[in-house]
Amino acid sequence: MNESVSRRHFLSRGITGVSAVWATAHWPALLAAATHAHQAAKSATPPKFAFFTTDEAKEIDAITSCIIPSDDTPGAHEAGVVYFIDRGLTTFGVDDQKTYREGLPELQSRVAEMFQGKSRFSELTPEQQDEFLHSFDDQSQPGRQRRFRTSPGAQNFFETLRQHTIAGFLIDPDYGGNRDGVGWKVIGREREHMFQPPFGYYDKGYPGWEAAAKEETKEAEKK
Amino acid sequence: MTADQPKYKTSDVVDFVIVGSGAAGGVLAKELSTNGFRVVVLEQGPYLTEADFTHNEIEILALDKLTNHPKLQPTTVRKTPDEKAKPQRALVYGRCVGGTSVHFTANFWRFHEIDFIERSKVGAVPGSTLVNWPITYADLEPYYTKVEWEIGVSGLAGASPFDPPRSKPYPMPPLPVKSSGVLFERATRRLGWHPFPAPMAILSQPRPGRSACIQCGYCLGFGCEVGAKSSSLVAAIRVAERTGRCEIRPNSYVHRIELNANGRAIGAVYFDEKRNTHLQKAKAVVVCANGAETPRLLLLSANKQFPDGLANSSGLVGKNLMFNSGGTVTGVYDKPLNDYKGYCVSRVLHDFYELDHEKVGFYGGGGLDARYDFTPISFAFGGIPPETPRWGKDFKAALAHNFTRTMEIFCHGTSLPVENNSFSLDPDLKDAWGLPALRLTYKDHADDLKLASWLFDRAHAIHEAAGAVKKWSLPPQEQQFGVHLLGTCRMGNDPKTSVINPDHRTHDVKNLFLCDGSSLVTSGRGQPTMTIMALAFRAADRITALAKRGEIGA
Repeated sequence: MNESVSRRHFLSRGITGVSAVWATAHWPALLAAATHAHQAAKSATPPKFAFFTTDEAKEIDAITSCIIPSDDTPGAHEAGVVYFIDRGLTTFGVDDQKTYREGLPELQSRVAEMFQGKSRFSELTPEQQDEFLHSFDDQSQPGRQRRFRTSPGAQNFFETLRQHTIAGFLIDPDYGGNRDGVGWKVIGREREHMFQPPFGYYDKGYPGWEAAAKEETKEAEKK
Repeated sequence: MTADQPKYKTSDVVDFVIVGSGAAGGVLAKELSTNGFRVVVLEQGPYLTEADFTHNEIEILALDKLTNHPKLQPTTVRKTPDEKAKPQRALVYGRCVGGTSVHFTANFWRFHEIDFIERSKVGAVPGSTLVNWPITYADLEPYYTKVEWEIGVSGLAGASPFDPPRSKPYPMPPLPVKSSGVLFERATRRLGWHPFPAPMAILSQPRPGRSACIQCGYCLGFGCEVGAKSSSLVAAIRVAERTGRCEIRPNSYVHRIELNANGRAIGAVYFDEKRNTHLQKAKAVVVCANGAETPRLLLLSANKQFPDGLANSSGLVGKNLMFNSGGTVTGVYDKPLNDYKGYCVSRVLHDFYELDHEKVGFYGGGGLDARYDFTPISFAFGGIPPETPRWGKDFKAALAHNFTRTMEIFCHGTSLPVENNSFSLDPDLKDAWGLPALRLTYKDHADDLKLASWLFDRAHAIHEAAGAVKKWSLPPQEQQFGVHLLGTCRMGNDPKTSVINPDHRTHDVKNLFLCDGSSLVTSGRGQPTMTIMALAFRAADRITALAKRGEIGA
């Protein structure tokens, strides 16, 4: 997914009368591979990767694990995000293959520039990994020193990977990805297909339209 | 698809061929076939039904299963006519039987009296081609009522003091309130305003063959798998099919209206699924293809007799496009709202529908609503505060904390008609069928942006009064993308300044009718589908009367 497109659509939400859902109109076609990711992530034996080498998969897993880390709750690793991306790149996401083919080596050569004697992201300490990924932060962001001006290729790769990681973590588990619904557990989304009121904290005990209107009138009179 | 559907031959001269099966086309198909006419509906998209309406975000949203596909039908965008347009997605519309009414949010406000007579009330607006409608709210009121009862709209009559007069209450009570609605209702009352239960084209009580809403939370962008959402698919087309006189022909992409030597329409030319070309003959043609594709079809139908496109003697086909202005102010609250559950909008505010332009310094007005229209993935892309880190521990923490605690206040407003704002044919880019692509030219009238800012301020005040822990909005920006496609073949009495007359008949071609968002003269305050359906019910009455008098036909 092209960054300028996704960003433009994100920004366009500010004005267009277009709702959030259309911000996703430019989702990477790669998302369509989720079913496989679901199966792969569920099976006990790790499947063979279709696009990545084992080494590359290790790198992707490490980066996605920084984007959505595993802390006291599951992260991208537990959700099987790397399998989701791998499968996607050989099916509906073939257009993104180039981004990964060129982007990952470029990213790794940046690793070598920043940290002597290291050539893989997964070899870095957690602190070094964070420092490295901060070099991709928006230049306009205030108060952050950038050690390197990253090239557009690596930047685009990181942004693509970021979006794919989010998708692989939060996609509806019924349709693949998001192993065991861990992503939904993290954000507090229940798995039921239909719901009944009260939905949340604030509509509990709602007295009904007319009663609520009277309550407010009484309150206004008190004042 | 019911078994009652007839199968017409393309050489059969049916009474009407209807192009498009959305909010307008579906209603016209129902009304005209019920009135005894033989009808063929040509829909460019597939015939999908409840079984196809999954919650699969991938196929529905990412792969455009229900909507126009940007690869098959690319578009270009520019701000002003002197620019060269660049390839960019300009619009989303429904591309399946039922059209956009399949995937829309289903907000169903009526337009108010002011929307029809605003030009008289406010005078000329510099930089805008604002005019009155040739019909009034009173003319349309019976048809609004018809929509509510026949299509199925839930709501509470009399709850809003700003509502225009109505001849009947709603046929069913409003849907249950959501947490966002309670916060919004209490806050706006405290501010001295007048919230009301949202009128929604979603059933709160079952109807034959249709379930009441099950509160699954997948309205916007998705089709309803239980038939609770009152799309033209479930609420009109199935009735049309049961008459035994109406054929719905999906995967039929109309690209030309064929005329005879007298300048009368004789039918519609379309590609079938295999890209073979057919001419479906008819006594009259009714185009309901939406505010972008209707003008495009007229422009694509240019011939020697009409070199600038069909029905375009005014030069206004495709022009005066309006998208509706507005945007979102987002708030985060202390306790979970769980607003991802259930339909989108439960409370609305119309206190600012009609603003005093001299007092506020700009023209226009709007409505506000409390809503939540995110899926989990779109929330991660666009629902968290803009300054949140884009990855890492804090990013994850923001998703985890905010997903259940967020609500939006959506500001819906007028767009002023501006003649340069338009859909036209791109001179270079072609679609997958080799036809000229749609080109969008759009630059918001300055007042539309001022209105959006003004409404944003009120939305911030509501979040404040409701006790939001945090709130934010992005500054209003010029639009380059639309889903409300309005005004591009406007209705009027004068053939020099309008494309169709109040009967929806084109001024230039006597048996060619247009009815959809393109017919609108003003944009209303943001929820056009109710008015499009009401116009379609009214158009059906007018067209039926003309046909019975023998006034249409080639």
